[in-house]
Amino acid sequence: MANGLLKFLGRAVCGVLAWASFAQAGETIVLASTTSTEQSGLFNFILPIFEKDSGIGVKVVALGTGQALDVGRRGDADVLLVHDRAAEDKFVQEGFGVDRRDVMYNDFVLVGPAADAAGVKGARDATDAFARIARKASPWVSRGDRSGTHAAELRFWGAAGVEPKGQPWYKEAGAGMGPTLNMAAGMGAYTLADRGTWASFKNRQDLAILYAGDSKLYNPYGVMLVNPARHPHVKKAAGERFIAWITSPEGRRAISAYKIGNEQLFYPLSR
Amino acid sequence: MNAFSLALSEAFALLAGFDHRVAEIVGLSLQVSGLAVLLGTLIGLPLGACLGVGRFPGRQLLVIALNGCMGLPSVVVGVVVYLLLSRSGPLGSMGLLYSPTAMVLAQTVLVAPLMAAIARQTIEDAWRDYEEEFRVLRLRWIDSVRVLLHDCRHSLLVAVLAGLGRAMSEVGAVMIVGGNIDRSTRTMTTAIALETSKGDLPLAVALGLVLLAVILVLNGLAFVVRQWAMRRYA
Repeated sequence: MANGLLKFLGRAVCGVLAWASFAQAGETIVLASTTSTEQSGLFNFILPIFEKDSGIGVKVVALGTGQALDVGRRGDADVLLVHDRAAEDKFVQEGFGVDRRDVMYNDFVLVGPAADAAGVKGARDATDAFARIARKASPWVSRGDRSGTHAAELRFWGAAGVEPKGQPWYKEAGAGMGPTLNMAAGMGAYTLADRGTWASFKNRQDLAILYAGDSKLYNPYGVMLVNPARHPHVKKAAGERFIAWITSPEGRRAISAYKIGNEQLFYPLSR
Repeated sequence: MNAFSLALSEAFALLAGFDHRVAEIVGLSLQVSGLAVLLGTLIGLPLGACLGVGRFPGRQLLVIALNGCMGLPSVVVGVVVYLLLSRSGPLGSMGLLYSPTAMVLAQTVLVAPLMAAIARQTIEDAWRDYEEEFRVLRLRWIDSVRVLLHDCRHSLLVAVLAGLGRAMSEVGAVMIVGGNIDRSTRTMTTAIALETSKGDLPLAVALGLVLLAVILVLNGLAFVVRQWAMRRYA
């Protein structure tokens, strides 16, 4: 009995030692951001540059924009980098965020089965493309997760005068961009994607970009600090340093330099 | 078929090449799940044993509740632990969210009831054989629990392995409380979920095969240790 107990304690001590190695050296901030910036590989490319410059580690939690804002509201992140201007402004107005700045943009693309049964390729503009899909009742997979892309998609349905919710051809995935693209590929459905995730997405099967280029498909990203007055534990100095860097000439250069193949995925916004 | 052969060759490449990133992720998975199972053992096995031996009103309801908890959805555990650890939650001041410690806590909540439920059944079955003897010896209730835990230790290994399997394979809880942060809280399962959402299905399956291999090795080790211990102490 005593022998077994001793062995047990020994193992417990080993466990605690392992535990100690969890502790990370140096200061780190938590950045709540979107799946598009993380999964496109942008952060893997630019964050090491910032970390080397500043000695500040950045931990990225990739969520939809709506969820990322919720995480900020609860005070569980220091900095947010998201893409839903209306929701961002509301967040700042309500006093949850401060120091909001434009960072970069890319664009949304309409992807769907290459055969293009709805004839989206010949659309006059983005709104017309959405209207054509509704008219043909072509299958559509929506993010359905309050993300920035979801918000943009709903704006287009609104502009096209379509109420898609509840229609048999309209499926809400309730998932990130990647899983939504997986579903669209599997079902031969249309969906709206950000160019970054699309460019790095590998399971395309029969999907292709069918419509892009309308200025309404513009997709800007903003950065902001979670209000330290509301959440005193927020790492204000380190967070501000990150915001200053990503909007600085060095940060802009790093964003421009990130490419998949020969394609630049994000374009810095000069202020 | 092509995707599967691709996944297989990629899995072999990951294992043979001893990819540094994969090794790091496997290491974190083992650390987190190992600690959770250790805590689960310390909490779950004595709890299960007490429930297996003790006779008190409401015991059967407790047993049903405990058995029900074996089906606790990991996502629910994740959300609840998230709300507890969130800065706006009751334990927020500890700043544990998005850390491996948070993942250990969530997995402990997940595996402790499972291990307790299996231990309860094992101990209760053994208790039936020992009951007379203990009565003659006038053993105190708590001493019977200790004797049974010790005598059943080889059988209780199954409870530990079940806990380990559950902890290593769950994704819902660690994803929410850990955040799947690169080089910090990315485990095997959250990495698999990430590669799936990036559409890199062969890599996702390859990582799954690596995870399976790790779990198989752990079970093999447990088997060998058990054989050895049984020969030595039988």
